Amino acid sequence: MSELLHLVLEFAKTGLFSVGGGLATLPFLYEMSDKWGWFSHADIADMIAVSESTPGAIGINMSTYAGFRTGGVLGGLLATIGLATPSIIIILIIARFLARFRNNRYVEGAFYGLRPASIAMIAAAGINVAKVALVNLSAYAQTGQLGDLFVWKAILLAVLIFIGQRKLKWSPVIFIAISAVVGIVLKF
Amino acid sequence: MDFHKLLELYWTFAQIGCVTFGGGYAMLPILERELVDKRQWTTMDDLRDYFSIGQCTPGVIALNVSTFIGEKRGGVAGALAATIGFLTGPILIILVIAAFLTNFAQLEIIQHAFAGIRVCVCVLIVQAVLRLWKKSVIDPFTLALFLIIFALNAFSGVLPVKVPAAVLVLCAGALGILVSTMRNRSAGAKEGKDHE
Repeated sequence: MSELLHLVLEFAKTGLFSVGGGLATLPFLYEMSDKWGWFSHADIADMIAVSESTPGAIGINMSTYAGFRTGGVLGGLLATIGLATPSIIIILIIARFLARFRNNRYVEGAFYGLRPASIAMIAAAGINVAKVALVNLSAYAQTGQLGDLFVWKAILLAVLIFIGQRKLKWSPVIFIAISAVVGIVLKF
Repeated sequence: MDFHKLLELYWTFAQIGCVTFGGGYAMLPILERELVDKRQWTTMDDLRDYFSIGQCTPGVIALNVSTFIGEKRGGVAGALAATIGFLTGPILIILVIAAFLTNFAQLEIIQHAFAGIRVCVCVLIVQAVLRLWKKSVIDPFTLALFLIIFALNAFSGVLPVKVPAAVLVLCAGALGILVSTMRNRSAGAKEGKDHE
């Protein structure tokens, strides 16, 4: 029970401090993974893929998934409620003072600093995913050859997806499905 | 607020929650169709305001917008009905997927699939950063803030101390207020001098 309470509190903290949408929850998820070991870094990467392929906002999906991994169905429900609660309270307050909040100089100032901070943390989370997906540290440690550090077929796939997304503008779900098939066929 | 109206709010947002892929701004056209055109609960201008506020308050944007519209239509009870409605579908779907993955994650084929998918996730994150970059990193101050926070997070493994993400968020917000206030003040002082 105390573990579940702990889970709710951690996700409430995430809901309170993650500004700038779903991916802004990532640094908090990595923190939870490092500190409490509820899920691994690879699990987080999988959660991002699952969230991108299912309806709902990514932040909610991630809390449900991470909560389930930690405490089953109840954990999934509680983690999601934990994530949503702070923002519900904040919005209820702001809804009363809508006009004053919108044009507030200090609110604007805070966002001047929060926006670059938010994408810096998302970019750093991207490095964490890349560490799992694009490099093979154990192979490099064994051979000491720099060529073994990188998973070349994964990097080639990444470049192709990047170009494909730019040119084709398909939904991310399609690229996720293609990557899954490529992963199975080429035994990633 | 009668029960029927609450149920209507819940059901409307439960449907919206099931068709919103990608969250946030992907939700705007759906809300426009369902709430502005079909039900006339709100106007397009109000909807845009809710989004700009939902974006700059903590938490998930789609959820913030649901809470906002629910509150406008039915007070606190309405806000809860809309928010819980929006959450219902995604929670159920993710619980099913999570249960499936927990049981089948050991299969070799699933592991290969997810190894491939993780590559795609890297690209999705890079795309998200590039998309947000233009609006966020606009001058030397914001660039410096980006680089410092990126370094603190990306190289946290080799740094002697780990700064909690919550502390970074608070510091970034405070610095933003400080720098923009100082800038406004010096701009104001300069204007004053020009008038003399």
